[in-house]
Amino acid sequence: MTRIKTLKTRDLCASAKKGGCGECQTACKTSVANQKCEN
Amino acid sequence: MVHQYKLNGFNIVLDSCSGAIHVVDDVAYDIIAMFKTATPDEIVSAIMAKYGSRPDVNEAEIRECMHDVRELEMTGQLWMPDTFAPMAGTLKERAGDVVKALCLHVAHTCNLTCAYCFASQGKYHGERALMSFETGKRALDYLVEHSGARRNLEVDFFGGEPLMNWDVVKRLVAYARSIEKEKGKNFRFTLTTNGMLIDDDVIGFCNREMSNVVLSLDGRKEIHDRLRVDASGRGSYDRIVPKFQKLVEARGGRNYYMRGTFTHANPDFFADVMHMADLGFTELSMEPVVCAPDDPAALTPEDIVVVKGEYERLAVEMLKRRREGRPITFYHYMLDLEEGPCIYKRISGCGSGTEYMAVTPWGDLYPCHQFVGEEKWKLGDIWQGVTNSALREEFRACNAYARPECNDCWARLWCSGGCAANAMHATGSIRGVYGPGCELFKKRIECAIMMKAAEDAEQD
Repeated sequence: MTRIKTLKTRDLCASAKKGGCGECQTACKTSVANQKCEN
Repeated sequence: MVHQYKLNGFNIVLDSCSGAIHVVDDVAYDIIAMFKTATPDEIVSAIMAKYGSRPDVNEAEIRECMHDVRELEMTGQLWMPDTFAPMAGTLKERAGDVVKALCLHVAHTCNLTCAYCFASQGKYHGERALMSFETGKRALDYLVEHSGARRNLEVDFFGGEPLMNWDVVKRLVAYARSIEKEKGKNFRFTLTTNGMLIDDDVIGFCNREMSNVVLSLDGRKEIHDRLRVDASGRGSYDRIVPKFQKLVEARGGRNYYMRGTFTHANPDFFADVMHMADLGFTELSMEPVVCAPDDPAALTPEDIVVVKGEYERLAVEMLKRRREGRPITFYHYMLDLEEGPCIYKRISGCGSGTEYMAVTPWGDLYPCHQFVGEEKWKLGDIWQGVTNSALREEFRACNAYARPECNDCWARLWCSGGCAANAMHATGSIRGVYGPGCELFKKRIECAIMMKAAEDAEQD
């Protein structure tokens, strides 16, 4: 039986190859995980 | 590094470095917890002793589950080694001196005198001042000149109260729009306001030009009016709520955030979030106060315990409301697991002091809005650019790997090193570690991921 369900998530290692464009946005004004990629 | 926790009936296992998230049953949860410290036979014995009375638990099942765990490890989804440390700082180094976002302090004055204001009632420990159009125009030119190949540029109109310099705001937006096509840029404007001066002109203009508006409301009337008062000491709640409701309705209920602050007076902030929802607002953000630990508004260790419980209550309530077809959003629970930030962004943090800076009414540059007012944090100005390069390098080196205290923290690639200003206010150093802030951050991430697990379970 399946006791482990893995959610779909962005592969951080793969993002090292294509990430880093810097186009993503810099709500709260006083406190990154909540951003969306805009590459 | 693996982090395991149980929340709202879900057993969740996070693999820090791969970003993998696993939702598991009790047996798998315990197997993973023992996997690195016990032999397979010891694991079988322990699981049988604890769960052997369950019909679906026997030695073969346990060994099959151990095989699945080993597979996840082999495929880099559990106990993934941290190979990112050498990258720390490379995004900022690669970006050079590119600037992509400015916080324009168009007004160092305010029509409220909120007791907890980090900006000392909008004056930032200085004199009242309004930004001239010429200074604002130069700031926009500075941004374009230093933006390199970046297309998306962000400008937040901030204060004090930016609506006290509204004509300049409108002229600056018009100027930016007049040059963006020629320069190949896309300006995204935001406005942060206390709402006192909102009128039909503000609403119409914001809905045409502002990609987001941040509206300051602390929740319940008695909470809001305790601290958010005018010069005569009168609370502002009754005057601003109808204006906010009108603005939000005119925006179609989108692209705004109600932004509240909770303090020692209301660590039970769940009631304030619900109050805002009852007023018809659905896009909500509620933040702990930023102040010195000896400030009367500062959260105490006892408050932190209450706040963590409130975060859990809020997550459960949001799931319930979503099922009932009346959802609300909470900024820190907005995670996009598949299209979220890349590893470079996760390591490098918010960009304050490098790609993001604040501009005072007279054109000085600071690392972000929370550093304005203290000369030692001044980076330069919009005519000569950054002249305090040592300070900029200090901020450039501020990343998720900058603090030895974080080496054993599972949340490092979620918090990205945290907020430099919060660290400075709490510890005196931008590389300080503000323990209570870390606790609250980790609780928020645990809640947000639990909500994703719940949404996934409902879809199955």
